Amino acid sequence: MKVLILKNSLRTLVWAIYAALAFGLLWGIVALVRMNGPIFFIQAIIDGLRLGFMYALIALGYTMVYGIVRLINFAHGDVFMVGAFTSFYAITRYNWSFVPAILLAMLICTVLNVVIERVAYKPLRNAPRIASLITAIGVSFFLEYFTALSFVFGPDFITYRRPFPVEVWNVGGILITNITVIIVGITLALLLSLQYIIRRTKIGKAMRATALDKSAARLMGINVDGVISFTFALGAALAGAGGVLYAIAFPQILTFMGIMPGLKAFVAAVLGGIGSIPGAFVGSLLMGTTDVLVVSFMPMGSRLRDLIAFLILILVFLIKPTGIFGEPQAEKV
Amino acid sequence: MRKLSLPSWIPTLIVGLIVFFGVLYARDNGHISAYRYQIFQIAVIASISALGLNLIYGFNGQFSLGHIGFYAIGAYSSALITKDYQMAWSGSRAGALAWMMAGQFGIIAGLALIRMLRLDRLRRKITQSTSSYLKEHETRMVCLLPVLFIVAAVIGLGVVATLGAHALLDPGLNALVEGLSDNVARNVIFVLAILNGGTMAALVAYLVGLPLLRLGSDYFGIATLGFAIMVFTGLQNSDMVIDTMRGARGMVAIPTWTTWGWVMATFALLVFLMRNLLRSSHGRAMISVREDEIAAQSMGVDVNQLKTMAFTVGGLFAGVGGALYAHLYGFLHPSTFNIIRGFDPLIIIVLGGLGSMTGTILAGVGVVVLIEELRVILPQGFEDWRFVIYPIILLLVMLLRSEGLMGTREWGWFRTPVPPERDIPLSTRQPATPATAASSEDV
Repeated sequence: MKVLILKNSLRTLVWAIYAALAFGLLWGIVALVRMNGPIFFIQAIIDGLRLGFMYALIALGYTMVYGIVRLINFAHGDVFMVGAFTSFYAITRYNWSFVPAILLAMLICTVLNVVIERVAYKPLRNAPRIASLITAIGVSFFLEYFTALSFVFGPDFITYRRPFPVEVWNVGGILITNITVIIVGITLALLLSLQYIIRRTKIGKAMRATALDKSAARLMGINVDGVISFTFALGAALAGAGGVLYAIAFPQILTFMGIMPGLKAFVAAVLGGIGSIPGAFVGSLLMGTTDVLVVSFMPMGSRLRDLIAFLILILVFLIKPTGIFGEPQAEKV
Repeated sequence: MRKLSLPSWIPTLIVGLIVFFGVLYARDNGHISAYRYQIFQIAVIASISALGLNLIYGFNGQFSLGHIGFYAIGAYSSALITKDYQMAWSGSRAGALAWMMAGQFGIIAGLALIRMLRLDRLRRKITQSTSSYLKEHETRMVCLLPVLFIVAAVIGLGVVATLGAHALLDPGLNALVEGLSDNVARNVIFVLAILNGGTMAALVAYLVGLPLLRLGSDYFGIATLGFAIMVFTGLQNSDMVIDTMRGARGMVAIPTWTTWGWVMATFALLVFLMRNLLRSSHGRAMISVREDEIAAQSMGVDVNQLKTMAFTVGGLFAGVGGALYAHLYGFLHPSTFNIIRGFDPLIIIVLGGLGSMTGTILAGVGVVVLIEELRVILPQGFEDWRFVIYPIILLLVMLLRSEGLMGTREWGWFRTPVPPERDIPLSTRQPATPATAASSEDV
């Protein structure tokens, strides 16, 4: 009897805490909406999702590569940068239109990333993992500083000319540009095709098998090296497309532009649970949305956005150490 | 038969003295420019900071990418103290010092109190008594409430302790600064500033490490990376809190007191401490955590405590390095501590060999001197190639020697001597396994 009362009161307490937390969250959202009106809030959410879709394109490359070779590929953000620059040259110098430019960017990034993998990571496959991490950092430095040389891309900011005129539609006060539509459309198309490749094709099956257990996959007759190269290629293609879209959305490009989006996308991948593709997508949307919400609503938000982003990362880690979709690591003895 | 030989500390000391006096002699006779003289100091400072990271990652196996954050904390906090001595920006000449020491005292007092309260035991008790009829997440919420209250109370007490300590320290330190002659007071302040830089960084490392070290290896690395970026962003906006730190404009007018003598003296002291720490029972336990956490735990090693300890001491090293760096140029800018520079200590320890103090020192000096010398060697118009050549060298070294220059080998006094015969019965002695294999799993 006594235990029952205690049990019920404790359970009530717990649900009271949950209710308070939910109420606090709700109240926070309502306060945000009321601060500048609902239109402003929805606008911020849409802009945030747009940014999140671009992060997703980078984050998927990180998460796939990590899932298969357990390597934090720091050079990925710079592959993204190369994609943006490729499309810039195609569009501005050679007057290509948008679709061929983005395809070219994807192709060049793919080739670049496969070359990087073959030259810098493959020889170190059996070395300690830290060695390939250091080479990843080295490759990242190399790409940044080599492309910053004056005869490559040059060290200055370059204004990116959009391949199509910007159109703005006013939907009940919310401004939606054709850029947003294109970004969301292309990202969704790429994501669906990625999902198709991974779930439905033979190479996708091989990728999943390799991610699960490399040596067992090799025993089953899977060409593990080929699968790893293919993973790098897929990631790079997505990053290349992401680079083009990013440059169209924020039309200023620099050879160092890949660092921060790269890190953010990586953090997004980790937030969602690294190695998990839906996780990377959800994490990226979350990251992009918080980014824009912080900038639009917090005083000094534009200066503190990185701080908040990484604070959220650490908080998520404290609550769920392997990210939102991550599976708990089983430790083998 | 034992081979008769010199005690191993003699050649090491001789090499150290030769380097020390060699650089002094070369500077006094004009063999090296003032610029190169500064480069040597930076090289040794980079080694100090990298040694701290090697303790964390190389010897204890905790993959940390946030070392530059502690370096930055050490640099800025010590700079605040010495700048205060010269410019009295806080109102009195030792005000910043008094606040910083009092703040640390308050935090330590709060931490000690939390330890004494044994929160984990409280939590375990609640969990035990409620686990039969509550779900896990419900239990966690029930635990959260008293813990939150206690922590809030402790923070309040810490603030009181800080204010009390400040009330005591402030007049005392100001009297000390005013009472001593300028030359003596300067040195006292400098030593206290370096110490405070180190302890501030160590304290932050402790606070950061306490929750984060529970994460798995890669996740810990990413979380510390996040910490470093938070420090960087915080520093860029530091003028919102303390105006004299000047945020993204860079902190100026820090006295340039760092000399080769100070750098080398600090270096020698820290190297001495680290080498002896590693040879103590704690140090051996740290290495065992790197080799295999579960095995170490089953041998009765307190893994969590040792991880926190290594992380804290590593932070201390970074803080001291940062403090010395702050007083070298007299100018601090957040971009010095950005994430790109943050990879430097990691690169140094991997190049030198994880788990090798000798390797870290050599690689630290080597990397810094290489980067700066490339500036000189490269012909006119090719200066931008510096960071193109550096990663190529990095790649080549990694491809050719993936275990680093020294592996886990040590030289001279750093080499852990074989224990005397009587300590280990011959039958149980086994050949030492190379430690590089362990690091392959712990990235």
